[in-house]
Amino acid sequence: MHSILSILQEHAKTAEQAGEAAGGAARALASANWGFEQKDIYLLMAIPLLPLAGYIIQLFFGRKLPRQGDWMLISLMFAGFGIAIYEFAKCLGAWSPEFKIESRTMGLSWNFLGSSPGSPSLVAGVLYDNLSAAMLVVVTLVSSLVHLFSAGYMKGDSRYHLFFANISLFSFAMLGLVISDNLIFFFIFWELMGLCSYLLIGHFYYKDSARKASLKAFMTTRIGDVCLLIGLCILYQHFGTLQFTELYEKVKIAVQNSPTHEWPEWLTAAGILVFLGSVGKSAQFPLHVWLPDAMEGPTPVSAMIHAATMVAAGVYLVGRAFPILTPDARIVVSIVGSFTGIFAATIGICANDIKKVLAYSTISQLGFMIASIGVGGVGAGLFHMITHACFKACLFLGSGSVIHAVHTQDMREMGGLRRKLPITYLTMLASTLAIAGVPLFAGFYSKDAILAHALARAMNEGIWYYYLPIAFLATASCITAFYMFRLVHMTFHGEPRDREKFDHAHESGPAMAIPLIVLGSLAVVCGYPFAHGIPAPLFSEARPWFLAIWEDHVPFETLLGGHFAEHHEHYEHILHESAHSNAVILSLCAAGLGISLSFAFYYFRWFSAEKCANAIRPVYNTVLNKYYFDEFYGKTFIAGTLVFSKVSSLFDKYVIDGIVNFVGGLMKKSSDASASFDRTVVDGFVNFAGFGTQAIASISRMLQTGRIQQYVAFSVFALVVVAALLILR
Amino acid sequence: MGLAGYLIVSAVMLACGIVCTVARKNVIYILMGIELILNAANLNLVAFSRFNGHLDGQVFAIFSIILAAAEAAVALAIVLNVFGLFDSIRPDDPDLLKE
Amino acid sequence: METLFFILFAALAIAGSLATVWLRYVVHSAFALMAAFLGVAGLFILLGADFIAVSQVLIYVGGILILILFGIMLTPPDKKERSVKRVLGFGIPVFAIVGGLAFQIGSVVKWVEKPDLPIPGPTAAPIGRALLKPDGYLVPFELVSIVLLVALIGSVFIARRRTMQSIGATSQAIGGTSQAIGGTSQAIGRASSAPGGKS
Repeated sequence: MHSILSILQEHAKTAEQAGEAAGGAARALASANWGFEQKDIYLLMAIPLLPLAGYIIQLFFGRKLPRQGDWMLISLMFAGFGIAIYEFAKCLGAWSPEFKIESRTMGLSWNFLGSSPGSPSLVAGVLYDNLSAAMLVVVTLVSSLVHLFSAGYMKGDSRYHLFFANISLFSFAMLGLVISDNLIFFFIFWELMGLCSYLLIGHFYYKDSARKASLKAFMTTRIGDVCLLIGLCILYQHFGTLQFTELYEKVKIAVQNSPTHEWPEWLTAAGILVFLGSVGKSAQFPLHVWLPDAMEGPTPVSAMIHAATMVAAGVYLVGRAFPILTPDARIVVSIVGSFTGIFAATIGICANDIKKVLAYSTISQLGFMIASIGVGGVGAGLFHMITHACFKACLFLGSGSVIHAVHTQDMREMGGLRRKLPITYLTMLASTLAIAGVPLFAGFYSKDAILAHALARAMNEGIWYYYLPIAFLATASCITAFYMFRLVHMTFHGEPRDREKFDHAHESGPAMAIPLIVLGSLAVVCGYPFAHGIPAPLFSEARPWFLAIWEDHVPFETLLGGHFAEHHEHYEHILHESAHSNAVILSLCAAGLGISLSFAFYYFRWFSAEKCANAIRPVYNTVLNKYYFDEFYGKTFIAGTLVFSKVSSLFDKYVIDGIVNFVGGLMKKSSDASASFDRTVVDGFVNFAGFGTQAIASISRMLQTGRIQQYVAFSVFALVVVAALLILR
Repeated sequence: MGLAGYLIVSAVMLACGIVCTVARKNVIYILMGIELILNAANLNLVAFSRFNGHLDGQVFAIFSIILAAAEAAVALAIVLNVFGLFDSIRPDDPDLLKE
Repeated sequence: METLFFILFAALAIAGSLATVWLRYVVHSAFALMAAFLGVAGLFILLGADFIAVSQVLIYVGGILILILFGIMLTPPDKKERSVKRVLGFGIPVFAIVGGLAFQIGSVVKWVEKPDLPIPGPTAAPIGRALLKPDGYLVPFELVSIVLLVALIGSVFIARRRTMQSIGATSQAIGGTSQAIGGTSQAIGRASSAPGGKS
């Protein structure tokens, strides 16, 4: 509490220095907690705790409950969604980029390690700001729809109740992660999510590929997790806290206090390590290999992982940790993200499995988000995550519906399904339009904002590597439009390629249709309120509230004053004046080009895709085999690990065992020697002592009558004698 | 009442305990005699502690009580075992060690 | 008033112990022993040792005496065991010696009565503090807990029923088991010397 106060004071001072009268006023408003009470905190905590309670009940009684307990978990998730909406409405009522509720300033925090001063503390609290508000709504919405969808999709599964239990635990972990206010608990939930992904991807454990995929997902993300943990250690070492708000303030102070306003190198290292954590979780470039294989899990799980939980957590982490990323770290983030964007998109062109296409598109879109955060457009990146959650969940559930209908995942065996699956077709088409960035659909707004930020950053800095993200991202968005429409064409348009499967296809029940419809319509409309704000009649002020969430954090340059502030103003100017309009044109061109190419190849068939592929056969093969990344990792890291373990086992066998045997032999020799000594010398003494004792005993045994009471009498007598001697002395 | 009274009571109990241990031909009586002796000692300790104004005597008395409990448990086990082996509870019967 | 109570409790204790020695039946002796214990407990209260008094009642009357009664019930009665001659033959000299010693002690030692004895208050808390203070009786306290544990295990081990015939056959086995028991008690000693390992 004391440290928070001092930080607040410190912050007030810096605010004065920068001459921020408005900031001070806003902070005074913030102290009123924006009309939030303790009750609201408890409600917020109930959101993750409801699925947890459901999980526990389900784990123990799930099999015995009617319908194996699915109704309970679905209703609990929907209850959580209701609470999230209620609190979200309050958050919208505050309507400010600076909106932030911290439970510990309201006296609500939970200390898990002793409270004595000087001991390390593990204090949990709730942090609720615009970001977590939006995330909570999206996560609860997608989770509850996925729950509902699973009730239809998983029907008849032998481990139906366990599937529901695990998926609830998954939601619990994600929701807990979203509202936790410090990195320790963030990390705990983060790991819990890793576990859940392992359990769920391996749900069909009898399938060899599913087992392998779950192990792969677990181990690959583990690499990132270790990096994240090291990053956390560095941060704790230097700042002594892992609570988000305190970290932000301390980073600010650290930069301002350094003589040349330079960022310390260790902070760059810590930032990159933290980012590596999300590289693992969000399947960014070097560690992307697990995500496509994760398609082995049931389709609702894929939707969950791709839209609401797992990969979103990585992006959320980068968004949360943005203020501690140094400019150097941000460059790394933006380049890794944008490279992932284009890299995964190219694989998506060649994939034939409907879920694999979607998986690569997820990786690519995640690259967009990460890159956007890296170039400073945090709001834009997280906004894209939210819109992406809606349309990607819809796409996955739609693909689940398709798979359910035709019992294959290979797009080459589909075709013409729009007549059989009209609802699926329409919702998936809406989502595809959204992901391709067609105007008025959700994805357009977010992608546009991302491109604008990347472009503005490039124009402002003018250094070549700042141009990489915008180049990559523009190309990637073109490719995205192309392969997403390729998916739609191959699946729904044209003539059915497998008549038998086509004839058996039919739309599935309402449990699967309702989520599709909800998500599909959200994919159309959910971009607007985030990008522009809700129209004025509802709220007095209609300024963008979400895109500006880190406004005062984005570059710390504004706080540093002088040249830095001018630099940032220049950036803002470019962003709002020239970059924005250019980005709109750019994204429209990219989307248009991609869509028309896909129409040319797959709808009108002016060109033959096969011929193209044959023309560039080596390139095509490389891409089809995902740039041989799995093989590369298998040959290098996995084989390397195996060789290393073999070498260590040999070392163990020959060197260590040799030493042990040698020492053992030595011991045996010396013990032989001491045994002979024992037999002659020591035994001699012992025998001598034995004979002596026997001699004495044969005399003293006269006294041994074997009667206890006589002994007692003797000892009493002796006692009396001693006492008498003492007294009469 | 002064210290002397307590000491006299304690001495009488001690004497009774000794007689009980030595003069009766039943293992149970030996047990009871030992308890009486220990109790006499406890009374002494507590009395001295009271008139010394110091708590140590009472702490010692507690230890003594604890040991008495442990002793009673073990002794009773021995008594039962001896009875099982020799079918007698006279303390003079088990005299195997004499040989 | 206090003298009256002292006489009452002292009489109870003395009469109880004398009766314990004298009575013919072991059950009667046991109940006389209970009277003696209760008398001593009363004396403890008069001495301001409330905690000890309660412990006396709980452990002696409630625990040890019950054990003794069990012992009595599990063994056959022996009506001809008491011999007046032996009791008196031991009793008179013992009482004489103890009385003589006591008289001698009384005449040799000069008791100095403290003038300002503290008024006895509740003793449970000070005793607890003395027992658990590291520079107080903490180590003996822990040792006693080990002793209790060992006594517990030991009595369970001893009380197993064996017959005369099986002794020779099982003596080897007992040797083996006692080694094993030695091992266990070592392990127990290690475990209870670890912090927090109280029995």
